[in-house]
Amino acid sequence: MSRIDVRKTYKLYIGGQFPRSESGRSYVVNDAKGRLLANAAQASRKDARDAVVAARAAFGGWSGKTAYNRAQVVYRIAEVLEGRREQFEAELRAAEGISTAKARTYVDAAIDRLVWYAGWADKITQVVGNANPVAGPYFNLSTPEPSGVIAVVAPRGALLGLVSVVAPLIITGNTVVVIASEDNPLTAITLGEVMATSDLPGGVVNVLTGSQAEIAPWLASHMDVNGIDLTGVEDVALATELEAAGADNLKRVRRPAPDTDWLAEPGLDRMTRFLETKTVWHPIGV
Amino acid sequence: MTPTPSSTASAPAEHAATDGSFDDIVRSDSSLRRFLHGLPGVDQVGCEARAAGLGTRSIKTTSKAFAIDLAIRMVDLTTLEGQDTHGKVRALASKAMRPDPADPTCPATAAVCVYPDMVATAKQTLGDSGVHVAAVATAFPSGRAAMDIKLADVQDAVEAGADEIDMVIDRGAFLSGRYLEVFEEIAQVREACGDAHLKVIFETGELQTYDNVRRASWLAMMAGGHFIKTSTGKVQPAATLPVTLIMLEAVRDFREQTGQMVGVKPAGGIKTTKDAIKYLVMVNEIAGPDWLDPDWFRFGASTLLNDLLMQRTKMTTGRYSGPDYFTLD
Repeated sequence: MSRIDVRKTYKLYIGGQFPRSESGRSYVVNDAKGRLLANAAQASRKDARDAVVAARAAFGGWSGKTAYNRAQVVYRIAEVLEGRREQFEAELRAAEGISTAKARTYVDAAIDRLVWYAGWADKITQVVGNANPVAGPYFNLSTPEPSGVIAVVAPRGALLGLVSVVAPLIITGNTVVVIASEDNPLTAITLGEVMATSDLPGGVVNVLTGSQAEIAPWLASHMDVNGIDLTGVEDVALATELEAAGADNLKRVRRPAPDTDWLAEPGLDRMTRFLETKTVWHPIGV
Repeated sequence: MTPTPSSTASAPAEHAATDGSFDDIVRSDSSLRRFLHGLPGVDQVGCEARAAGLGTRSIKTTSKAFAIDLAIRMVDLTTLEGQDTHGKVRALASKAMRPDPADPTCPATAAVCVYPDMVATAKQTLGDSGVHVAAVATAFPSGRAAMDIKLADVQDAVEAGADEIDMVIDRGAFLSGRYLEVFEEIAQVREACGDAHLKVIFETGELQTYDNVRRASWLAMMAGGHFIKTSTGKVQPAATLPVTLIMLEAVRDFREQTGQMVGVKPAGGIKTTKDAIKYLVMVNEIAGPDWLDPDWFRFGASTLLNDLLMQRTKMTTGRYSGPDYFTLD
């Protein structure tokens, strides 16, 4: 008698837990050739709401850690990812229909991207912060601080794309609610498992799977979300609508970038877009 | 008396005083004990299952809007901390009168609940707004003081203008079976209250069993409490759905026997709109719609109000609100 396969249930990743969607819904995810791969949870607006609550709760602790400590945690994600590279290569081949070599390239790049951003944690302040010369006996110091809770619509690149949008946000101290690529959600949840087992406090990254058009407007209009990254929004009308909804509480917005080459070196922009500059004046001498 | 088979009936049929007087029962410690221990036992599993079942009801759209406004009107906005200042009480009283300054259609809360020395301050801010001032008294929260001190505590609060007094029972006396002592205590405090309404706090987290909650409920109702209240908020677990269910059954059965209505107030641990709506569903199903009124049901809470306001804002604006848009307390 042949052994029965043990199939994995792909759920959401919210607040360090893996709950099913509150709505009880799921949707079919196919591989590149149109065959059934698995069912993924289809998140509702209430899952998005719960994720924002979890991200807000995690923000104080995460942004309060030293940059050095955040670097260690993100580096640890890279370490754990390295240990599970076969699983990710297999998932990428199945989901995107790419060759073994190509899958390996993407996993390598994703791990390297994490390490690259981890290195930036305790350097970004020196690069974009400043001691400003002022006309008076004052120290005038500008330092970047995280914006808060950032909603992210992830691009198609199931692993590298996701890592490339999430890592720059958390490394600076933001917490994130990310809507995984609608067509390729499974790797995002597996990445959630990696994050759950790598010292990243619950709630710092929350992963939702499901319909972008359904969930994103609720995050864009949410008054407790401080920024929205629309990188993965391919529908121009939806992107405009989301940007307009975000204006209500002056969210920082990052516009869609459909043609990004994720293998290229990313630069600092993804980190600096969701930072607030705090400037303090301090008298010199007595 | 043998317990009745039904877990939902708490009325002691045989000992019932049909004329609404309990003189026979409270004649002596032993007759009172016989009565209280003759109350039907609570089916713990059944009670918890019933409370959990009622918690699954789905309340949406217009019903939800109604429930949220009703819950806001039922809130006893509470601050009972050693660090309370006059400024904080004034801020809290202002919030009680107008919980959402951005929306004039938002109703006021039922009362603010403070320590006796803060009553005058709260009264001054609230004026004739209709929001009551409730004061905790009788050596809150432990209830460990001599009787004359407890009574002085009550008189102090009443003289300062408190409309409602929240007293704590002596759990030590109750648990060691000195029921008449507890009865006398409640009756004396009730007398000291004058026109002020009396809420009797059981601290159900310390009463150990559901049977004791039922006994305490009857004891307090017979002694003349206007409200029975679960907890001080200082002990965990505070208010729970099953405990409130038992108390709602008690007030329902008490009205059936005596015609008098007694209010119920769960306090402590109710933090979300979802929780509050569960309680309201239970009030409607167990005690009946007559209790769906701030005169007969209250929430003792502080953080609950902000969640109610956020949900209310979500319903009126169509987008999720955040804690940044409401005062901290």
